[in-house]
Amino acid sequence: MSGRKRTWEAISFELVMTVIAVIALVIIIAPSLVVLIVSFTSGFSLRFPPPGYSLRWYAELWNAWQLHFAAKNSLIVALWATGLSVALGVAAALAISRSRTLSARLLDSLFMSPLVLPALAFGLAALMLFSLVGLPVSLLTLVIGHTVVCVPYVVRNTVAALAQLEPTLLESSAVLGASRLYTFRRIVLPLIRPGIIAGAFIAFMSSFDNVPVSLFLRDAATDMLPIRMWQDLEGKLDVTIAALSGVLIIATVALVAVMERVTGLSRRLTN
Amino acid sequence: MGAAPASRDVTSYGMGLAAPLALFFLVFFVAPLLQLFWLSLHNDTAGLHWGLGQYLHFLTDPFSLGVLGSTLLLGAEVTAVCLLLGFPIAWLYQRVGPKLQTIIILIVLLPLLTSVVVRTFAWIVILGRQGIINATLQSLGIIDTPVKLLYTQFGVVIALAQVQMPLMTLPLITALGRIDPNLDDASCSLGAGSWRTFFRVVLPLSLPGVIAGCTLTYAAAITAFITQSLIGGGQMLFMPMYLYQQASTLQNWPFAAAISIIFLLAVLAVVSVFTTLGRMSRGYGGA
Repeated sequence: MSGRKRTWEAISFELVMTVIAVIALVIIIAPSLVVLIVSFTSGFSLRFPPPGYSLRWYAELWNAWQLHFAAKNSLIVALWATGLSVALGVAAALAISRSRTLSARLLDSLFMSPLVLPALAFGLAALMLFSLVGLPVSLLTLVIGHTVVCVPYVVRNTVAALAQLEPTLLESSAVLGASRLYTFRRIVLPLIRPGIIAGAFIAFMSSFDNVPVSLFLRDAATDMLPIRMWQDLEGKLDVTIAALSGVLIIATVALVAVMERVTGLSRRLTN
Repeated sequence: MGAAPASRDVTSYGMGLAAPLALFFLVFFVAPLLQLFWLSLHNDTAGLHWGLGQYLHFLTDPFSLGVLGSTLLLGAEVTAVCLLLGFPIAWLYQRVGPKLQTIIILIVLLPLLTSVVVRTFAWIVILGRQGIINATLQSLGIIDTPVKLLYTQFGVVIALAQVQMPLMTLPLITALGRIDPNLDDASCSLGAGSWRTFFRVVLPLSLPGVIAGCTLTYAAAITAFITQSLIGGGQMLFMPMYLYQQASTLQNWPFAAAISIIFLLAVLAVVSVFTTLGRMSRGYGGA
């Protein structure tokens, strides 16, 4: 009797959990699929399902110079911000990862704080500072602002990679007479490289997609892609934006697949 | 166990390596925020007269307080939806083989890495008057006229929940992965059913992950500018848009600065409540 009851309970529990999980996964994936399908429409509106399929909006994208200009700016800023984040973030991660001092912990919270603080407030603050010191908004101010909000990803992933590094490896290398720099180049760096790459990848993606900081630190001459898209969408539902979204989704999926191969991204983010 | 003398310790690096980033943050992160705070303490737009006028204005204005309240409520709703949907995903992840695990993770990751404008745009296509939901309901004869889904609280919550789902699911997967599977069996063999085991054993032990996920989701949901503004439309005003309007459209920088500081403090307050809960739950989980 109690055995049967438990079995029924187990079945009901597993059924409820699985059904909710599958619904949740569908909700997560559906929007990307919908945009992808709609972007191949032959019509003028964003109807689902589309009346027919064509590549006309992708062709249209070819001539959308405003989007090209914004995409170029976003790419330049994201590359610089990622480079700067890696240079500053990896060095900082080396310093704080194995130290248990109060200053290390305080620095760690400082470097992580852009993750939770409203980026829009930081964007406004940065604009005020730049205007106070007389630095006009430009790609440079964008790079600086983006670096602040992207550095946490590099620091966090590098610290996580360093935490998995066996200290005995460093000791044996030292015992065998290798200098610290040599040990770093030949042992530490190769072992933590996947962590750094994963962090850099997420930093790049979040810079490329950043709105709240860019909103204050750019002007018409330094238009950024997500802001251009946002402003286009506020005016009208443009099918060209659907095509652009399709390009971005496909690029993202491709990059994630490459990153999964190179760094085991999925494992890194769940450890 | 004694620590090796610092000069001989080859396993750690000098704190000096953190100096460049610390300096960068001091100049470009701490200084701007301090200046923001300084400006918020001025009563006029020119920044000549000191005073708490901006804060008094915000805290005595029912409109401003309403915006703050609805933003905090929005965060709570999104966090609740993410937890309700995210926990079963994390649970399923622990149940399936490695191949399916990778697929689940990649599905969960996808929204985190897809452009936020694209994700939000997709919800406009789904929720709109001629969107998928309305078209389906109409073709099934369930409704005659389109239901308003876009520009509603429901629309904003569901779109934000999808956008922020990875921030909830990833910490949950980590937390569930750390629970000893034997505990589950032990509880069952002692006569507790699946539901009881879940609520009395699995859920309490996963609390650190739940709290980490809630913190990230909440902070991200209330600061999400694009999704709030595009799905919420003009009718619903939340703190980020309020801040942006005051700063950009109305050029009222001191008031925008005060809004920023109040918003910042609200986020910090919520995060520290979660952090305190997290510390308590870790003690519980470790017992």
